Amino acid sequence: MAEAHPVGFQWVMEAKRRGAKVFHVDPRFTRTSAVADAYLPIRAGTDIALLGGVVRYILDNELDFREYVVAYTNAATIVSEEFSDTEDGDGFFSGFDPETGTYVQDSWQYEGHEGSSGSGHTAQERDSAAGLTHESHGAQVGGQTRRDETLQHPRCVYQILKRHFARYTPEMVERVCGISQEKFLELARAWTENSGRDRTGMLVYSVGWTQHSVGVQYIRTGAIIQLLLGNMGRPGGGVMALRGHASIQGSTDIPTLFNLLPGYLPMPHHAEHPTLDEWVDSIRHPGQKGFWGNARSFAASLLKAYWGDAATPENDFCYGYLPRMTGDHGTYQQVLNMIDGKIKGYFLLGQNPAVGSAHGRAQRLGMANLDWLVVRDLFMIESATFWQNGPEVATGEIVPEECRTEVFFLPAASHVEKEGTFTQTQRLLQWREKAVEPPGDARSELWFFYHLGRKLREKLADSPLPRDRALLDLTWDYPTHGPQAEPSAEAVLREINGYDVTTGRPLSGFAEARADGSTAIGCWIYTGVYADGVNQAARRKSRHEQDWVAAEWGWAWPANRRILYNRASADPDGNPWSERKRYVWWDAEKSEWTGYDVPDFEKTKPPSYRPAPGASGTEGIAGDDPFVMQGDGKGWLYAPSGVLDGPLPTHYEPVESPVRNPLYGQQANPTRKMYAHPVNSVNPSPPQEHGQVFPYVFTVSRLTEHHTAGAMSRTVSPLAELQPEMFVEVSPDLAAEVGLTHLGWAHLVSGRAVIEAKVLVTDRLTPLRVDGRIIHQVWLPYHFGFEGLVTGDSANDLFGISLDPNVLIQESKVGTCDVRPGRRPTGPALLDLVADYQRRAGITPGQHAPAVTTDDEGKEHGAS
Amino acid sequence: MLPDPNSLYGPLDPAPEAGYENAPPRMGFFTDTSVCIGCKACEVACKEWNGVPESGLDLLGMSYDNTGALTANSWRHVAFIEQPRPAGHRASPADVLGAPVDVGPDRPVDAGPQFLGMPGAQPPGRGSGAEGRTDFRWLMMSDVCKHCTHAACLDVCPTGSLFRTEFGTVVVQEDICNGCGYCISACPYGVIDQRKDDGRAWKCTLCYDRLGAGMMPACAQACPTESIQYGPLDELRERAAARVGTLHDRGVPEARLYGHDPNDGVGGDGAFFLLLDEPEVYGLPPDPVVTTRDLPKMWKRAGLAALAMAAATVAAFVGGSS
Repeated sequence: MAEAHPVGFQWVMEAKRRGAKVFHVDPRFTRTSAVADAYLPIRAGTDIALLGGVVRYILDNELDFREYVVAYTNAATIVSEEFSDTEDGDGFFSGFDPETGTYVQDSWQYEGHEGSSGSGHTAQERDSAAGLTHESHGAQVGGQTRRDETLQHPRCVYQILKRHFARYTPEMVERVCGISQEKFLELARAWTENSGRDRTGMLVYSVGWTQHSVGVQYIRTGAIIQLLLGNMGRPGGGVMALRGHASIQGSTDIPTLFNLLPGYLPMPHHAEHPTLDEWVDSIRHPGQKGFWGNARSFAASLLKAYWGDAATPENDFCYGYLPRMTGDHGTYQQVLNMIDGKIKGYFLLGQNPAVGSAHGRAQRLGMANLDWLVVRDLFMIESATFWQNGPEVATGEIVPEECRTEVFFLPAASHVEKEGTFTQTQRLLQWREKAVEPPGDARSELWFFYHLGRKLREKLADSPLPRDRALLDLTWDYPTHGPQAEPSAEAVLREINGYDVTTGRPLSGFAEARADGSTAIGCWIYTGVYADGVNQAARRKSRHEQDWVAAEWGWAWPANRRILYNRASADPDGNPWSERKRYVWWDAEKSEWTGYDVPDFEKTKPPSYRPAPGASGTEGIAGDDPFVMQGDGKGWLYAPSGVLDGPLPTHYEPVESPVRNPLYGQQANPTRKMYAHPVNSVNPSPPQEHGQVFPYVFTVSRLTEHHTAGAMSRTVSPLAELQPEMFVEVSPDLAAEVGLTHLGWAHLVSGRAVIEAKVLVTDRLTPLRVDGRIIHQVWLPYHFGFEGLVTGDSANDLFGISLDPNVLIQESKVGTCDVRPGRRPTGPALLDLVADYQRRAGITPGQHAPAVTTDDEGKEHGAS
Repeated sequence: MLPDPNSLYGPLDPAPEAGYENAPPRMGFFTDTSVCIGCKACEVACKEWNGVPESGLDLLGMSYDNTGALTANSWRHVAFIEQPRPAGHRASPADVLGAPVDVGPDRPVDAGPQFLGMPGAQPPGRGSGAEGRTDFRWLMMSDVCKHCTHAACLDVCPTGSLFRTEFGTVVVQEDICNGCGYCISACPYGVIDQRKDDGRAWKCTLCYDRLGAGMMPACAQACPTESIQYGPLDELRERAAARVGTLHDRGVPEARLYGHDPNDGVGGDGAFFLLLDEPEVYGLPPDPVVTTRDLPKMWKRAGLAALAMAAATVAAFVGGSS
């Protein structure tokens, strides 16, 4: 966190100053480790084993916050008797379909809901990365469930959890992760001792955690611990996701993703959601508890914001205009489609896939096979010059004179040259003013898209074609100002907030959304950011002039709430768990919820409220159900649906690993998304043969000095000079083993690429003893590319393409490679070297590793 | 006004001594390295605000320090010191990991790590109290001009380019400096430096232009963890003493202050530090002395020598005539 988020890290230092204990888990000793109280080096890709060990430690020693767990989580809920666990399936849950490599989730459901809830077969959900829709709400599940609050029923979630993690002992943690039992127990003790009525503990992760074939399950494991310890919905608790860019949170709220619409409404699928009713019902699930019961209002208001007067109840608010998904349109599928000539044009906006995305060579070859490519960036980045300066030019794979892609480079305005909001990881929107005019032809994104839309509409104005109606009927009327006709960002924010269609009055909260076309809302979760016609995101009242929650700094979605599910900061009767951790509570005298924050609960619903049988929507939420967006009002220790690779996290090895999974016959996540394409390959891992060709583990991440793919830092001398060359960090032991010298050259080879780097020999990398052998890990920054003041080979070139099944994020934080002293070959000899490694490793490009691995005796698994 | 008897050595408030009437309190930096996270925001902010040019695109291999030293083109410098386990304690992975593991027959057993810290005859940390240290440490420190109470650079400057400000800081006036370079050899810390392409001397101004406007120096403003604290020196010294006390109470006995003592060889620094090891580990001189300390003595000796010479001359003449 100190390395990648130094500004946010000031609060960790502040907490430390007040006595907080900081633990840091990372394969490499970083700036964070330097100031942490304890540092645990971990084998990359084994976090579920470590955190699973903590879950077992909690359950085995009965250290869970029992009152919280019983009342607020689904620990007591009884699960279907058809469910079987990975402990009984050697790495498979019940319901695996080996044909598609996905699960049928019926058997995972709560008892009595086997047929009526959940997703059933999840193959299509995987293709559409449907897990992303759960960023703001839980998955569907029936409201009324059978519970055993003594937690003794063998099929209650608590007991299932206990059995599932029983083998994640300190010995197993040591064996899998390479973390000593002593260090592990120090962590487990500190975490549990600092949780409960009077204390809370916080889990912080950065986006590197998500870039694994089991990334979603990493976070699930963290969430299970935080629920067991009562650290959710309370001050000083939580699972904090530190996101990679200034407004990455904003870019999922109002998404730049193929599968989402604003406010986590799913993009409709052509076959599943032919009508508005079917689409809305797939979101709200009639009969379910919780706030998603109002999905129709959010959906209708969004369509009304898009198509204005043209959108009427009679024509389903122009639902027919919405684009439809037909399958996997994720970024990696698109790159392969570009290589195959199926995609003709591409926009890149502040993105540099030639350096920043996994399998850089595939990215560059794809972009070299387009008709046109538009790049909008601050500097001439690698993704704009790959056809001229890329490494494939040196190897002869791209010939500049023959490259068919026409590249349009459009200079972009930087964040100080335009106005708008950033949404940071706490869901806080902060308005920023324009400090200076953008230079030359540089323009804001808002300017670009507004005027692009305007020109397209002008060109199509006389079109009689029905297909053009969607564009022509759009409301596209933002006021502009200044010599460049810059659209008003405040007007856009007002539309995002939503307004009453008749009066134009800005809405003050999403409860005002209507399904009859009387409201238009650009993003329902942001409703309130422009309440009373005031830009609430622009509030800058100093924290020294208000209480510690600082509710008047910026604006947080939803409803300016700073901690989600904060009903859980009070006990079931509505009283604070302790004076020290008082946050939101029930005021019996006034008969309402009150506190420092905006209560995440219906204001006047008393703790004693119990829903009538069969009640659904918000009426179905009991007075002690704090997790109001979940279908059963409970925090999910066990996820009966929504997570595609299992209701509980399970340790699988990374797709590329030198180690046989010590826990299960199943080696890697069997549901991971794989692409059999000639450009793609995966290095062999046990039980496949020839894994020793790539004996070392590599991981990549950030340096403080550079930003992501380097476009904003390698181009600027005060930053570039601070980390001026590509390097690889190796332990002294590995340096001795391979023959590397400090500041000498090394090259690293995977089945995809070979890259070179200067060598830094350092104790900050340490060999780990895993399952009786030494595993060497090397670390690389992923910031370097071939443009800018400082250049170097790109670490992401080493990776292949394997994705997490839930959100289609690539596994780009761990892989295997060989490390050799000296510089890499150049020209065609470079391709020969990679080909030689592929031959020795038995890699056939275009074939992926088997999804299902049996144990070494060849026992059958999986299709139970 | 009589010159302060301590005008060349010993405790002193430099601004009044320099002739300022009603001078504001002396301002300075307290750099607490125990909370430094090595982000180098100070280096970048300094360069941006002061328009300091690039100092070279070289990978130095000194841990994450690619700045190397305070120079004419780097007025803040973050040092990174990797302190390995005590020498001799590290051998093969077997030792590190606690159980014997066969790592192959040809492996050199004691292939020690390449040292990555500050330059020196022997790795910092290994010769100074590494015994008893049980774990790896990574120290970071943002170094800067010390703005000495007795600033030798200023004392030797023949043009008056270097001057004492009303805040007690020491600043080079770039339009007066003639590039003679006397200040460079005078500085006991090796801070002030000549810029290769223009010959003039450059160093930290403690953002004199910002101070006058009531603003904080750029580096302190940018520091996310308040490792660099700016303020009246008296207050900073109090705060620093309290911080050392807190760290000692929390089991960090190695915490100590550097440059805080008005009785040290430079009369105390306007920019002082909380360190977690010996100053040498960070590349700081353990006992800096203002190079002009002996000026009175030297003048006295020179005077005596001149007198003696004159006397001898006289005697020679007198003797000659006798």
